[in-house]
This record gives sequence, C-alpha cells and structure tokens, in this order.
Amino acid sequence: MDVTLIHQKVVWVILGMGLVTYVPRWFPLVFLSRRNLPQWLVEWLDLIPAAILSALLVPELFTSGMPRHMSLWQPELWVAIPTFVFALKTKSLGGTVVIGMALFWLAQNVI
Amino acid sequence: MSDSVSPPKKHNLKMSILQGLSAAWPICLGYIPIGLAFGVLAQKAGLHPIEIMLMSILVFAGSSQFIAVSMLSTGAGAVSIIITTFAVNLRHLLMSSSLAVFLSNTTRKKLSLFAYGVTDESFAVNHTRFSRNNWSLDQALVVNHTANIAWIVSSVIGGYSGQFIHEGAFGIDYALTAMFICLLIFQLKGRFYVITAVIAGVVAVTLSLIIPGSSYIILASIFAATTALGIKKWMLR
Repeated sequence: MDVTLIHQKVVWVILGMGLVTYVPRWFPLVFLSRRNLPQWLVEWLDLIPAAILSALLVPELFTSGMPRHMSLWQPELWVAIPTFVFALKTKSLGGTVVIGMALFWLAQNVI
Repeated sequence: MSDSVSPPKKHNLKMSILQGLSAAWPICLGYIPIGLAFGVLAQKAGLHPIEIMLMSILVFAGSSQFIAVSMLSTGAGAVSIIITTFAVNLRHLLMSSSLAVFLSNTTRKKLSLFAYGVTDESFAVNHTRFSRNNWSLDQALVVNHTANIAWIVSSVIGGYSGQFIHEGAFGIDYALTAMFICLLIFQLKGRFYVITAVIAGVVAVTLSLIIPGSSYIILASIFAATTALGIKKWMLR
C-alpha cells in the first residue's frame, strides 16, 4: 500500500467533517442530560423520534432521483404496504427487515 | 424529569453485550451494502483505503460521506465540503437531545463516547428501548459500536473489492427502509404521535421536492413536532 497517495487536503477535509459531525451529536447529550428540562420541551422531544423517522422514511417511499421527483410506481412504495402490516402485527424488528428485503427482492426480480 | 425515569436495571457485562448485539444486527445488515457502495465510490473518486477508513472512523455518517466523496471528485473546496457536512448532519442534534432525556445519571466521559455513535439508525433502535425503560447506556454503547465496526469494515472492503459485489443482491437495499418502517410503528404510541408522523411525512416529501440536499429532514421534523405539540396543548387545555 503506497501511503504517499494520501492527500493532505483529503485528510484536512476528513478532520473538519469529523469535528462538525461530532459536536452536534455531543453537545445536547452533555448539556441537556444534566438539566431539569421544562415540561413542554420534554413533550416536544418525545414527539421528535416519530417526526424524524417519518421524515427519513416517507420521502424514500414516494420520491426518487436527484433532484427528487414524485415516483408513485416504484417498488419502495408498494413493498412498504405489506411490510408495514407485518411490522404492525408482529412488532418484530428483525422479522420486518427480513420480510421487507424478501418482498423487495421479489418485486425487483420476479414481477 | 429524572425522578420519573426509574434507574436502569443492573446488567452484567456479558448480558449487555448479547442484548446489544441482538439489537444491532438489523442495523449492521443495512450498513454492509451501503458501506460497500460507499467504499467503491470513494475508491473511484481517488481516495486511498486509509483515507476511506479514516473518514468512516472520524465521521461515521453515511449520507454526508457519500456527498463529501462526490464533492471531492468534482474538485470542491475543503470549506464548502465541511459546511455541507455540518448541514447534512445537524439532524443528530435533535436525536441527541431526544436521547439526553434518558441519560441523566451518566458521566460526561461515557456520554462523550456515546455521542460518537449517534446515527439515524442507532438513535432509532436505542430510543425505542430506552423509552420502554429496559435499556442501559452499556447496551446502547454496544449497539453503537457494533454498527460502527460494520460501517468501517464494509466501507474499507468496498474500497478494495467493491466492484466484485453484485448490486441489489437479496433485496438488501431495502434493509434500512424496512427497519425504519418497524421503528416508526414502535414510535406511534398514541394519536399525537400519529399526527406528528403524518405531518412530518407530508412536509418532508414536499420539502424534499423543492429544496436540494437533506435539510428537509430537520425542517420537517421540527415543524411536525412543534405543530403536533401545539395541537395537543390546544385540544387538552
């Protein structure tokens, strides 16, 4: 392995990326966990996971491409329906992952 | 707040590791193909395997790593790549805030270690278990670091040999989507959570179509949680 191929610029970029990624992960954990948070903030933070998960998931189902456009006929969306039902019935994370993958594979290769 | 959360139960180390691993495997399953794909792209963009490993260790945030590599290959400046990374990863601020509620009796050292591993996926898995009150920081750390190792190893392997791995094998591209579907269902604990998720989904789709990048995640999340809390206060006053 020729280490002379490591670029100084790339190393600086990586160090900078590491710093600006770590600080937002670290700051609330250290500074919020030691305080008595006001009740409204606790209730707000309690809603955040549902909000983030939905904001991460739903655009992956309904849109595609770069820049994004609506894409209603992609397997991502309609495989999500039986996967959703399975997850709702079983509440099994591992099972849902396996079923989702199998259905997605079927949708891409068989249908 | 701390008095409403019962202290975490005592677990021995071996149990914590086993429970952490059993919670982490769906994340690893999802990270492996993405890590491989990242390694392949990074190598094609001219990154040395050591640089790929360094980035996966120091940054450990998938989408921002893909964006950084594509910016590097188009010759973008260091500062603009770092600012973009900051914007893409700012959503972790919300996740860490939400996790902080469960971690009031913890040393700063352990929190600093835990902070390193907060990703979309580890956050979702750990938050679900913390909120069921049967999860400790030790188990959460096992989840974070198992996922971390899967990410680092798969991205380095991708950097060496990714071109040999068939894309789309076994539907593995859908692993994280399926995981998010199930984790979202775990979060729908009442009507206000459902309202939050519906608002977040609609707003996120709309914003993702009109603004470039991934800032729609944080904007839609803040808007949805705030609106749903407003509705809750208004209905229950």
